Amino acid sequence: MSSIKDIQDEIVSEFEILGDDKESTIFYIMELGASLDAFPEEERKEENIIKGCQSKVWLVADEQDGKINYKADSNTDITKGLISLLLRVLNNRKPEEILNAELDFVSRIGMGSIIGSQRSNGFASMIKQIKLYALAFQTKQNV
Amino acid sequence: MSLNIDQIRGLFPVLHQEVHGKPLIYLDNAATTQKPQSVLDALSTYYSHDNSNIHRGAHALADRATRYYEETREAVQEFINSKESAEIIFTKGTTESINLVAQTFGRKFIGKDDEIIISTLEHHSNIVPWQMLCEEKGAILKIIPITESGEIIFEEFQKLLSPKTKLVSIVHASNALGTINPVKKIIDAAHEVGAKVLLDGAQSTTHLEIDVQDLDCDFLAFSAHKLYGPTGLGVLYGKREILEAMPPFLGGGEMIKEVTFEKTTYNVIPFKFEAGTPNIADVIAFKSSLDFIKGLGKKNIKNHEDDLLAYSNELLTSVKGFIPVGTAIEKVSVLSFNIKDMHPFDVGVMLDANGIAVRTGHHCTQPLMKRLGIDGTVRASFAVYNTKLEIEKLAESVAKIARIKNK
Repeated sequence: MSSIKDIQDEIVSEFEILGDDKESTIFYIMELGASLDAFPEEERKEENIIKGCQSKVWLVADEQDGKINYKADSNTDITKGLISLLLRVLNNRKPEEILNAELDFVSRIGMGSIIGSQRSNGFASMIKQIKLYALAFQTKQNV
Repeated sequence: MSLNIDQIRGLFPVLHQEVHGKPLIYLDNAATTQKPQSVLDALSTYYSHDNSNIHRGAHALADRATRYYEETREAVQEFINSKESAEIIFTKGTTESINLVAQTFGRKFIGKDDEIIISTLEHHSNIVPWQMLCEEKGAILKIIPITESGEIIFEEFQKLLSPKTKLVSIVHASNALGTINPVKKIIDAAHEVGAKVLLDGAQSTTHLEIDVQDLDCDFLAFSAHKLYGPTGLGVLYGKREILEAMPPFLGGGEMIKEVTFEKTTYNVIPFKFEAGTPNIADVIAFKSSLDFIKGLGKKNIKNHEDDLLAYSNELLTSVKGFIPVGTAIEKVSVLSFNIKDMHPFDVGVMLDANGIAVRTGHHCTQPLMKRLGIDGTVRASFAVYNTKLEIEKLAESVAKIARIKNK
């Protein structure tokens, strides 16, 4: 499996191809959202909603062989696309890898100007929730 | 008279820019309108030449600032045709105006088991202050239902009216759908049972002729920034006898007649309700916005906006997947819609990528959205400086976006 750094570099170069054209960038993000794995219907409940997101985001996680498997969904395609980027970088990794991950691709692709500063807070909440799960699983492993 | 829109656009510096490499098309006017150069100049002139505290200083600058400040009050009086300028109170905005009424009139005159009527169309600003009051006083909030097209059901309103009704607080024009309520009829019916009426004029004052004496409303609340004026400034109109009977809102400077440590007597209206140093610069600049509107003529503005609304409906109706939300017969220039199988947020971001500024979401009307069974809408709202060409660009972009999910 590629390193967190390699995958981030990959994402940055994909976005570089799109250049400054915001419309194609948004189209691309929406397409990425369509590729997100189906979210289990029984998990689509209030307690799995991430607070602080303007659009609805559901996130759950479980552990397999010491690695965390996240599943997420949103009611907006753009947000789904953003989640798919995050999961591409962080899914199926050990908790400590996730906790130590420096997600510089976010600023390198200019996320702020793509989704706007009001939505960037929601994006930050997603990252926080992903890391909280990692912390919980790490604590469990160490018990 | 038809307006020269190109010339009008020339007065608004902010309109002449590109966003994301596309010419800006600003269609978020129900949120706030842009400001003409005359308003910007008035702000700058005030701070460059006249800055001073009002109603106090014994010097030339204070005298000038006071005069200009009070001239705006007179301009507002003329703008809504109130009997006298003392009935015009400056506030922070529509929200504060409504809260002022709730916290003063409401606290004094509304008690246990009394009823307040609002409608399903209300902005949160005209819901929450009344919920807070009802909770404190044990009063009851009643809601006028609406039809699918977003019009209040007048017969249902009549059924809600009773001698227990102390206040009807109703939006004149809906911010989310554009519906214009039949406020004259509502006011007359409310008065028959002895209730007072507050009109939320945030969205109507910029589009419709307002004559508070003819309407006979007891209160009117609106904001300057939706009238091509500065932000952070609003107006509360109230009938003299009601304002005089109301206790003050905030305590402090300006609102007093005499203060001793034993007792304070209060100033006359409107000063009783303007505690502290007010928003002098913005009040003074607001006169330039009112002059701008007066110069164009509200009727002419409305005609132009009606044309834009009709044109946008005509172009968008044929777009596959286009779902209009709010189809009342009488509307101000608000086009609320959804695209089949798409979230309004996605549509809004895509429009932004095309240089088009709209609002998406619940528009601070969550109960209304719930009633309509939707999460939110995309809202394009038009002002006097918008053009048919911009409407064509909007329709073109919406069509392109809709095709993503509606092949």
